[in-house]
Amino acid sequence: MIEGTDRIDYYPTHELGGYRARAGRPIPFGATLVPGGVNFSIYSTHATACTLVLFEKRASEPMAEIPIPSAFRMGNTWSIMVFGLEYEEIEYGYRFEGPWDPEAGQRFDPRVIVCDPYAKVIGGRDTWMGDPEWDRPYPHRSRLAFEDFDWEDDKPLEIPTEDLVIYETHVRSFTRHPSSGVKAPGTFAGLREKIPYLLDLGINCVELMPIFEFDEWENSRRNPETGETLVNYWGYSTLGFFAPKAGFAATGKYGMQVDEVKALVKDLHRHGIEVMLDVVFNHTAEGDHRGPTISFRGIDNKTYYMLTPEGWYYNFSGTGNTLNCNHPVVRGMVIDCLRYWASEYHIDGFRFDLAAILGRDQNGAPLANPPLIESLAHDPILARCKLVAEAWDAGGLYQVGSFPNYGRWAEWNGKYRDDLRKFLVGAEGGVGALAQRLQGSPDLYWYRGASASVNFVTCHDGFTLCDLVSYNGKHNESNGENNNDGANDNNSWNCGAEGPTNNEEVNALRSRQMRNALALLLFSQGVPMLLAGDEVARSQGGNNNAYCHDSEISWFDWTLVDANAGLLAFTKRLIAFRKAHPVLRRSHHFVHRDDAQVGLPDISFHGTQAWRPEWAGWSKALGVMLCGAYAPGGADDDVYLATNTYWEGLWFDLPRPRAGRRWHVVANTGMAAPEDAFDLGQEPLLEDQDRVLLGPRSVLILVAR
Amino acid sequence: MTLEISGGVENAVATLVLKGELDASSAPLFKTEIEALAAQHPTRLVLEVADLTFMASAGLRVLIFAKQKLGTGVDIYVVAPQPAIVDTLEKTGFHHSVYIVDQAPA
Repeated sequence: MIEGTDRIDYYPTHELGGYRARAGRPIPFGATLVPGGVNFSIYSTHATACTLVLFEKRASEPMAEIPIPSAFRMGNTWSIMVFGLEYEEIEYGYRFEGPWDPEAGQRFDPRVIVCDPYAKVIGGRDTWMGDPEWDRPYPHRSRLAFEDFDWEDDKPLEIPTEDLVIYETHVRSFTRHPSSGVKAPGTFAGLREKIPYLLDLGINCVELMPIFEFDEWENSRRNPETGETLVNYWGYSTLGFFAPKAGFAATGKYGMQVDEVKALVKDLHRHGIEVMLDVVFNHTAEGDHRGPTISFRGIDNKTYYMLTPEGWYYNFSGTGNTLNCNHPVVRGMVIDCLRYWASEYHIDGFRFDLAAILGRDQNGAPLANPPLIESLAHDPILARCKLVAEAWDAGGLYQVGSFPNYGRWAEWNGKYRDDLRKFLVGAEGGVGALAQRLQGSPDLYWYRGASASVNFVTCHDGFTLCDLVSYNGKHNESNGENNNDGANDNNSWNCGAEGPTNNEEVNALRSRQMRNALALLLFSQGVPMLLAGDEVARSQGGNNNAYCHDSEISWFDWTLVDANAGLLAFTKRLIAFRKAHPVLRRSHHFVHRDDAQVGLPDISFHGTQAWRPEWAGWSKALGVMLCGAYAPGGADDDVYLATNTYWEGLWFDLPRPRAGRRWHVVANTGMAAPEDAFDLGQEPLLEDQDRVLLGPRSVLILVAR
Repeated sequence: MTLEISGGVENAVATLVLKGELDASSAPLFKTEIEALAAQHPTRLVLEVADLTFMASAGLRVLIFAKQKLGTGVDIYVVAPQPAIVDTLEKTGFHHSVYIVDQAPA
């Protein structure tokens, strides 16, 4: 190892505040370990002076304050190399001097020690819901991170997008429930213990709700009715974009969350499962003008935030402020951040919360060619990462199907969710919309291919699948906002009773409707995404906005794995069916022709009569056949799906598969478990190859071999 | 309690016996010992840690350092660690870098 004194460029030239130091390197930003010391670098356009503040770990008062000499300022960056620091034992922050002039957008306050926007570890919330010590002078504290994790030969898996089956979950919710049986409930380590379950289910990508450091105590309050503490549970409110959430790590109390996350990623990769992160670049935890100064506001408010001409905060995120993503410097930070997570944590992809905001200019107007989104699309380090946009924001910009994509970006297909739900409840015009969604939404993504469409019926926002079929309306009273929060356009149907019921007929219908949704989702072209727990009918008691509940409302109840084993088995079989049949996973859209002259077009639509789809608004029956010759690789079976949302059974005449093949039953939601779906290769032959009776509100899937 | 550390190299097997607490203040000592052993090019490193009651992040990091310093061809055995140390090794993935065993291999 090269010691600090061996190289002249790591030789201290100054003695400052009792520490040996020299002028730092402006790049990279943040705190970087160098031989014998640490290189600190931070940016501010409008600051007039910058002081590095050093703490012993967890100490209230600083152990040193080192004003960075003006000779160390390069452009608008302040950088300093400090030697002789105990990497493991220190925390750091900055004080900035500059104007306090809110109308001009300036909010400098040298009394406040601010957290480094590039901090790779943030102390202060080391354990989940630990004592927040409200009057602490420097609550969220930058720390140093080591980059010595032993990855062996691990790297991102680069699974083709169209082959993904995504599973969205919240790290804490997944194993916090007492029934989880893991050693460290509610943590990254706990999630890792559940890898066998994920493998058994068959998914190959986990999408984690935010894991960047946030403050669970932000906006915490007591529910006036229940006395329960409501917290910032989901974490869509970032404190620091480079630091993992310590409170989600069993080893957070030792400051080892970085290693615990990496160990999770490495182990998931070893089992063939990708990791996608839900990233929140649209706003920060500092809120509006009433919020605390934690970092950005006190470093360069006017640069980091979109401000009105009067200096107020634009609120396109619905949470108080809006990150100024298309400011060149902020754009640079976002790119640095994602590069860091991709290269240092081997993250496979990112889902961008309220991504439409990333396409707004500094005054909030939508851009035709947003530089940030373009830069991310062409970034060499992110080149094989999945980039998925939640293509809308809270300011009314809705870009599903039109998000600037540069041939790279996929989208959460919100129209898929809405149309599937409407179809499931038998809404007028449902069949035509369903036909688009089943074939990968060519109406939205014709030039981009089906893999641009992340299909989902449920996600963390809104009802769980079980609640979607159990409630007509939301029941968010426990959020303490008089049921005013959360979406009202749920397109849900309770099947005859609101909430849990003993009515067997209602429960049977709910069970069928859940299977119908899963069958349609896993049959659709595009990328299916499941909400964790839907495979075992997890309920939130009708709460469609559980962002504040660290309780059984949010937690995955593992007793459901046994209680709803039938639904779980159904889901597993449909996932296995999808994975075995490339014709369901095309990256290009169907052309509705038989170009290869194999006897069937790539895709064909049918009604209760073969080859005669019923597109009328009142229609409730649709059949769709995919020809296996048009699968990637060209050697798949033919498959057929029939769906009936009529309240009575319907006879379907079956189209003939290619010559020499006969229809076998993959799934029929009209049948009770375990006859509702069959294992791969065990699908029973359909006795009558010409017609089939499909029960009320049911989905049938056949395979011809 | 401070760290007691002893050991040496015999038949190309380097052995270190660690007792007490391996924290940020004692980790540099551990690291120095590793460097001294590495200079003798052992084929195996055995860490006897039955009497080690605590290993902080700084101590765990030395294991990574040891692996890098000795080369991937040199196996590292952590012998009879206490449960809390095994737990931390597993949660942070450090157990992939070493062999955790009850007894030193013959």
